[in-house]
Amino acid sequence: MTNIILPLSYLIGSITFILGLKMLSHPDSARRGNLVAAAGMTIAILATIFLYTDEAGNRLGNYGWIFGGLIIGSIVGTLAAKKVQMTAMPEMVSLFNGMGGACAMLISIIEFKHHTTGISPELYEEAGTTIFTIIPGTLFITIILGMVIGSVSFAGSIIAWGKLNGKIKDFSFNGQHIINLLLLGVITVLTIYIVAARPAITITLFYTVLALSLVYGILFVFPIGGADMPVVISLLNSFTGVAAAFGGFLYNNPVMLTGGILVGSAGTILTILMCKAMNRSLKNVLIGSFGGKKVSSGASGTKEQGNYKEISLNDTAVLMAYAQKVMIIPGYGLAVAQAQHACHELEKLLNDKGVEVFYGIHPVAGRMPGHMNVLLAEADVPYEKLLEMEDANDQMGSVNVVMILGANDVVNPAAKDDPGSPIYGMPILEVEKAEHVIVNKRSMKPGYAGIENELFFRPKTSMLFGDAKKVLQDLVSELKQM
Amino acid sequence: MNFITQLFTDPATYRLLTIVVLSVFLGIEVISRVPSVLHTPLMSGANAIHGVVIIGAIIVMGQAPADDYLALILGFLAVILGTLNVVGGFVVTDRMLEMFDKKKKKRS
Repeated sequence: MTNIILPLSYLIGSITFILGLKMLSHPDSARRGNLVAAAGMTIAILATIFLYTDEAGNRLGNYGWIFGGLIIGSIVGTLAAKKVQMTAMPEMVSLFNGMGGACAMLISIIEFKHHTTGISPELYEEAGTTIFTIIPGTLFITIILGMVIGSVSFAGSIIAWGKLNGKIKDFSFNGQHIINLLLLGVITVLTIYIVAARPAITITLFYTVLALSLVYGILFVFPIGGADMPVVISLLNSFTGVAAAFGGFLYNNPVMLTGGILVGSAGTILTILMCKAMNRSLKNVLIGSFGGKKVSSGASGTKEQGNYKEISLNDTAVLMAYAQKVMIIPGYGLAVAQAQHACHELEKLLNDKGVEVFYGIHPVAGRMPGHMNVLLAEADVPYEKLLEMEDANDQMGSVNVVMILGANDVVNPAAKDDPGSPIYGMPILEVEKAEHVIVNKRSMKPGYAGIENELFFRPKTSMLFGDAKKVLQDLVSELKQM
Repeated sequence: MNFITQLFTDPATYRLLTIVVLSVFLGIEVISRVPSVLHTPLMSGANAIHGVVIIGAIIVMGQAPADDYLALILGFLAVILGTLNVVGGFVVTDRMLEMFDKKKKKRS
């Protein structure tokens, strides 16, 4: 009987992954979907530990090490995931993704070491090329591909993580794309060469490919602008899925295979969906018109910027208090300042004064799609106050005051009327249909994508400088005195 | 070429190949229509699922010879990293989705 439990557990695991992904794509079942997948994973892991046998029928050993690793990983993982602030979640996902990639990379390294132990240069002299042919071709390819994809994903995710939390700045140099392509070419050629020819320096070449893959992962993410990180993380996510699937090939393990490939294909589709939400193509993101330097392309770069006008806190408070309808447009600045609670307080206060307050949510405001919804939900902002972009734009005509809190690119009119702009074609919140536009920013610096925003210089717009949290708290106290 | 032929002639490999092809289509089908608010949680959930690579790490660890310290240490690292991916991934996803739950209760 025991010999059917392991395959059965793997089958259950595969089914829960499919169900989990399916449920995760509907709002009502999403949370349960996550738990279902987690349960399936637990079953598959436990069954592997206690029931896995190799071809000779040997059970796994080293239980101390296995459980030690599981316990350390679980404690650290849970703490990190629980402690992380809402705003830093995108980074966290990227970091966890990198861990998965590193895991796949290590598995390949160990397997390679295992299959080549005892092969010394002297032995090679004696036996010639045949010595490395003890590794079957399919196995060898699987090991190398798992390592290459795993390490690209690992290195790339770490860079993406660093970029999101501001530790790593955008960096690109001329001809970077050519160098990246060259690197990829060298990795491919070396891989084919090792597998086909099995030269005396097979071991050295293997580790060279490892090093080159890590470098490629770094260079691949480096030139991509910070605003595009969600797309990149999603892409790297599907890479790790594929790396996990190679592990499935390696161990003839169906659950690793289904899990990995599912994530690989679903992740790719998700990446494309994310690009669509921003109305851009994946190629555009990867080759990067956002890539740091070429930002002021087209008309916007040459146009006179003119003057902007500032507005005082007091005037803002008056304007809002006597408005009928106020629309708040949150962006990453709100998340950075952790101002969601202050924002909710302002909204309640205005409500008490008989002002209708809504939030206009752009699908890609913040660092990740849905970022703003999550952030405002944390401050207990009622669900029905959050308007999706289309609804918000429909209502914009009757809005008296639009308050933009740390959002920039999602309200940039260049997306509508400047074909030279890198964000041209992206749907935006059309704030200019409203009576007044108040923009809260810390300074006049351009947004994360590095694009000038003409909105700030338009006659309807007034600037209210300062940290979002501080400004909102001051506004609240101003309003209380009125 | 040997490699390609083996994919189709060896029954075990061919079975795996079939799983791969079917899973690709399944993955595409399963999430073809997702509201944009769920993009981030879905990505995070998928991130946790590819943590299934932990099973490979457990196998590698369990098969490492007791006197091969390099293999033991690397395997141990792999188990820790894989667990981080799985546990952290699922917990972070749950936290994101908890927010949606709260919202729904408020609405009803």
